[in-house]
Amino acid sequence: MSPTDPTAGSTDSAGSDGEAPVLSVRGLKKSFGTNTVLRGIDLDVPRGSVVALIGPSGSGKTTILRSLNGLEIPDAGTVAVAGDDGGSAGSTRPPLAVDFAAKVGTKAIAALRDRSAMVFQHYNLFPHMTVLQNVTEGPIQVHKRPRAQVVAEAEKLLDRVGLLEKKDAYPFELSGGQQQRVGIVRALALKPQLLLFDEPTSALDPELVGDVLEVIKELADEGWTMVMVTHELAFARQTADEVIFMDGGVVVERGPAQEVLRAPKEERTQQFVRRLLHEF
Amino acid sequence: MNLDLALRSLGPMLLEAVRGTIPLTLISFALGLLIALLIALMRISGNSILAAIARVYVSIIRGTPLLVQLFVIFYGLPSLGIKLDPWPSAVIAFSLNVGGYAAEIIRAAILSVPRGQWEAGHTIGMSRGQTLLRIILPQAARVSVPPLSNTFISLVKDTSLASLILVTELFRAAQQVAAFSQEFMLLYLEAALIYWVICLGLSTVQSMLEKRLDRYVAH
Ligand SMILES: Nc1ncnc2c1ncn2[C@@H]1O[C@H](COP(=O)(O)OP(=O)(O)OP(=O)(O)O)[C@@H](O)[C@H]1O
Ligand SMILES: [Mg+2]
Repeated sequence: MSPTDPTAGSTDSAGSDGEAPVLSVRGLKKSFGTNTVLRGIDLDVPRGSVVALIGPSGSGKTTILRSLNGLEIPDAGTVAVAGDDGGSAGSTRPPLAVDFAAKVGTKAIAALRDRSAMVFQHYNLFPHMTVLQNVTEGPIQVHKRPRAQVVAEAEKLLDRVGLLEKKDAYPFELSGGQQQRVGIVRALALKPQLLLFDEPTSALDPELVGDVLEVIKELADEGWTMVMVTHELAFARQTADEVIFMDGGVVVERGPAQEVLRAPKEERTQQFVRRLLHEF
Repeated sequence: MNLDLALRSLGPMLLEAVRGTIPLTLISFALGLLIALLIALMRISGNSILAAIARVYVSIIRGTPLLVQLFVIFYGLPSLGIKLDPWPSAVIAFSLNVGGYAAEIIRAAILSVPRGQWEAGHTIGMSRGQTLLRIILPQAARVSVPPLSNTFISLVKDTSLASLILVTELFRAAQQVAAFSQEFMLLYLEAALIYWVICLGLSTVQSMLEKRLDRYVAH
């Protein structure tokens, strides 16, 4: 298991030795037809830590996140999620283990989805609902929690990201950066144990990227556990505890953000990092 | 022309429009939409048997004349021991017919909703059914308003065929007065005018509805 980076600026006391990681993935494999996309991925994410997945296009980063959220069913491998004391969820969640080598039923998928929440590259907000409805839909319809309580929480979260006055707006009335912040709030409102970000800023105009990254940074500092796919290497260096470089469906290199991004050991990582830093 | 007759027949014809044509259209359309939704869901269910049944259904409905469908139900079924009154026969025939046409519209509308919307539904924990009902269908409904309005307007006119299985509606009323007075041109033009006015009104409602719904469609 990789240690958390003490220099990464996380303010929480999490990730301490001895505690089981929130997420533990072993031997994750996935093929689409003859195209083998994941060739056995291991991943441990300690509580309160941030793991950044980087790698060239097609290396399988999105497929990992989608597998964690049950949007893709891997062919083999296990995903284990620690139990939740109920501090954030309101209801306790027992430890969960899913073995994809066996047939995985809808119950297991639903349980898996309950643990994590996804922030999509293209936001995927519900266009027929207002900002507030987007955020409260899951807690009200799925968690069956009382509306008044959910709305109060949602408004607080929207206020945090500076969008409270937009709560009755429809997504088409918002900028991309605002939509993505709503996407993040929609994920937070579910009180997941794990936040999954798939290139949350890559669909945004450059001048809108900053606001969204700032929100994500705050969440990291607050102690949220997250896995993010990103091409923003500078951001990954600031925010991530661990960086994982993938290529061709395998992990090529992993380690503390500073090490992997500043002084990568592997040839392929060096090339990738150099090219990305040049581009931006 | 016989203006007096035109005015005197207007009352009974409007009455039959209100008592016959309009309820026949509304009821058949509502039932037809339910059938259409069912057929559309069967087609996209991923179950090849259900999908095949749905495809055959749509093919039969679209490949045979509505008048023949009406006659099979009203004049044909009695030979199998199923005897239905004109009204229920007409409602069944029109519903099945709308079901076949609207199924394709609804299917296309559901498929036009981006896959990311299903995924967003799933990621907030919704089941397939919940996602369909709360996320996909409301968006599909918006996309399908224009083509479904066309189906609806066609149905208004098609209900005149029900006169051929003895349902009393607008056109049958016109036929009866015409036969009695021998003023065919006058009464059939008058019937045409009433259909036209109804459809004009519906077109107006349609474009108002489209303008309102247009705003929230996913891009
Ligand atoms: N649903 C699918 N069906 C078939 N092939 C797929 C599917 N999803 C992904 N793939 C393939 O899997 C491979 C990995 O895709 P993935 O999206 O995980 O890569 P990525 O690392 O996220 O790339 P990018 O940086 O471009 O987002 C690609 O070759 C892609 O074409
Ligand atoms: Mg990707």
